[in-house]
Amino acid sequence: MSLDLPGFADPVADAQATFRSVLDALAHPGRIAAAGTALAAPPSLHPATAAVLLTLADGDTPLWLPPAFAAARDWLAFHCGVPFVATPAAAAFALADDLPAFDQFGSGSDVAPEDSTTLILQVAALGTGAAWRLSGPGLRTPETLAVTGLPDDFAARWASNHALYPRGIDLLLCCGRTLAALPRSVSVQEG
Amino acid sequence: MTHGYNFAYLDEQTKRMIRRALLKAVAIPGHQIPFGGREMPLPYGWGTGGIQLTAAVLGASDVLKVIDQGADDTTNAVSIRRFFARTAGVATTTVTTQATVIQTRHRIPETPLRDGQIMVYQVPLPEPLAKLEPSRAEAARMHALAEYGLMQVKLYEDVTRYGHVSISYDYPVLANHRYLMSPSPIPAFDNPKLHMSPALQLFGAGREKRLYALPPWTEVRSLDFDDHPFRATRAPQVCGLCGAADSYLDEVVIDDRGSRLFVCSDTDYCAGRQEAGHGG
Amino acid sequence: MAYVAVKGGERAIDNAHAWLAEARRGAAAVPELGVEQIAAQLGRAVERVMAEGSLYDRELAALAIKQAQGDLIEAAFLLRAYRTTLPRFAASLPVDTGSMRPLRRISAIFKDLPGGQVLGPTTDYTHRLLDFALLAEARPPAAPEAAASDAATPRVHDILGAEGLIEADAPGSAEPFDLTRAPLGFPAGRDARLQALARGDEGFLLALGYATQRGYGNTHPFVGEIRMGEVAVEIEPPELGFAIEIGDLALTECQMVTQFAGSKTEPPQFTRGYGLAFGQSERKAMAMALVDRSLRAEELGEDATAPSQNVEFVLSHCDNIEATGFVEHLKLPHYVDFQSELETVRRMRGERGA
Repeated sequence: MSLDLPGFADPVADAQATFRSVLDALAHPGRIAAAGTALAAPPSLHPATAAVLLTLADGDTPLWLPPAFAAARDWLAFHCGVPFVATPAAAAFALADDLPAFDQFGSGSDVAPEDSTTLILQVAALGTGAAWRLSGPGLRTPETLAVTGLPDDFAARWASNHALYPRGIDLLLCCGRTLAALPRSVSVQEG
Repeated sequence: MTHGYNFAYLDEQTKRMIRRALLKAVAIPGHQIPFGGREMPLPYGWGTGGIQLTAAVLGASDVLKVIDQGADDTTNAVSIRRFFARTAGVATTTVTTQATVIQTRHRIPETPLRDGQIMVYQVPLPEPLAKLEPSRAEAARMHALAEYGLMQVKLYEDVTRYGHVSISYDYPVLANHRYLMSPSPIPAFDNPKLHMSPALQLFGAGREKRLYALPPWTEVRSLDFDDHPFRATRAPQVCGLCGAADSYLDEVVIDDRGSRLFVCSDTDYCAGRQEAGHGG
Repeated sequence: MAYVAVKGGERAIDNAHAWLAEARRGAAAVPELGVEQIAAQLGRAVERVMAEGSLYDRELAALAIKQAQGDLIEAAFLLRAYRTTLPRFAASLPVDTGSMRPLRRISAIFKDLPGGQVLGPTTDYTHRLLDFALLAEARPPAAPEAAASDAATPRVHDILGAEGLIEADAPGSAEPFDLTRAPLGFPAGRDARLQALARGDEGFLLALGYATQRGYGNTHPFVGEIRMGEVAVEIEPPELGFAIEIGDLALTECQMVTQFAGSKTEPPQFTRGYGLAFGQSERKAMAMALVDRSLRAEELGEDATAPSQNVEFVLSHCDNIEATGFVEHLKLPHYVDFQSELETVRRMRGERGA
């Protein structure tokens, strides 16, 4: 029973530190930041994923949780008070282990492009694996991010999301106690 | 630290709400995001938007610098710095290079910013179209369609009437080629510093309950015309205290005959130059 | 003369605060005002501060008035800044003003009605002559008392509604918009509008309501009813499944009634403007009701030409905490921007002379 697991040891300081990691990662696409360093995550969640949700999710952020994460459901309900939604399009946050189709998520409206889903994808490795070349805001010059766990056609799939800009989803990649981010503003090429 | 209030004053639920909005803001450079701004113990207009953003990002290991008009010792800067020293117990500094978070009203420091620093701007009117279209609902529609002809026409009218754009502060910019954005009421002199800055720049408007951001290394173009390019202007004098010829200057009346002294608006920059042996 | 940059902002602030505290206390020979005196004897001020400060707490409102030296907008600001730190536990059920035992209840549209007209403690018919007896401590003679009536006092709106002559209450959403947690957006729902008006500045709403009477947004209103008294506040915690009472509120409610010629979908009937304020705040409730009705122009297919009919204009400017902040912030230093204007004007003059 995952409810036995505590949340952050220091809820205020740990949430602040995790937020700054996510902020740093989104502001510098592809930069790998630490998150959930001392956190015991419930089954099916990487510590970084658990830390991000403890930091950002609450009663105001509907979460789309596929069945593969059933073992984390009680923990998330207890520690975040997050409501679960069956429709991905209504989710503020969505969790996945395999890259789902982007078009099922909320991409915001022209007036409020921020009303979109943030997808948290757990991957096998960050820093090793297939290389992706990133460019856009946050990057002085194009940078490379290596990921194990993204599909081969990721660049094409991301391109369809990026084409919606300023609408679109933002992607957080979590692996173990690290994370990286791809905001909708970034372009991705096979590297 | 002041007891009875949470770290950095705001409760955690409010911080979460602001943090979520900030992450969206970083993902959509220059787009104003409505947020559930709270009443702060300082009045609207004194920097409540900036204070809420600073409270949401600040951690115990941060070093905070607060400036107003470029100076660390203006009363409102002193007051805001004390607020965070009391409610968060963070270290404060006046030295730009030592700060991790810099909250500012009306200036960007002269010392170049670096990767890892966060600038927090206090913004009175986040809507750059407000003077041309007072309805925020209508302005939001114009942003959605990137329909900025109204602003181009206003600037062009300036050029035909005066020979150049007559806006001298809060000069509108285009962020990441997409959103028309208010840089906050910084002098146009500071606009070029927004462009491709290594620092993360966050903008908070408390009364209007909007926030927006510029990630590092983002293209920020001050609106202009090919035949009338944007010009950053400053008083032509050199600083009377440190001799700087590249800094933004305040004009101080020093006697009853109207004599003027021009001095750096950025007090840290000026003090650093004086310590290094430069004089007026 | 040598120039020395101005330093010592910190000490200046401390000294200003010390002086302010001394000025607030006033002459030491005069007894200090007690918060309970303010709460008991300056009730209208306390109620205005509670309404505009969005917090129903007479003691804290009285404290705020004392601390603000009687500056009611400053006092409302103190209360707001405090309330924003409080946790939010629940949204209450709608209060039932129909079951209120009114201390005051009048209708201008019926000579008499069930439950009767009750003047209550009103200034309506006082002659505005300064009462010099109050210069001394004067204990007024006891007011005559009568046994409380058990007669029901149904709301005039319900009486008209029984005949279908007035629009029905719109079905309420499960949980209304909360202006204290979410930013106002446009178009704004009636829940958001009423919340903004309920804590809006009394003077601003009074002026706008007055303007509607003079032709800037015609509404031809009648006071259907004003009632003032206490109502119970109930919440229904999801884990209980039934309502529990958590306290009482003193409220003034005003229903303005306006003739409406009908539309394609609605028969001719009377429409309502609604005002609600903490305590005995009749002017506020009436002005709010006028403005609420005026803001419904678009919804009712009326021409919206006056400021009082422009939802964005009214709601964006009715909050006196926001308004006073932005107006007063002009006294903060703006010399950097002024310098940029100086350079621009000098340059333009130079170019003209050249």
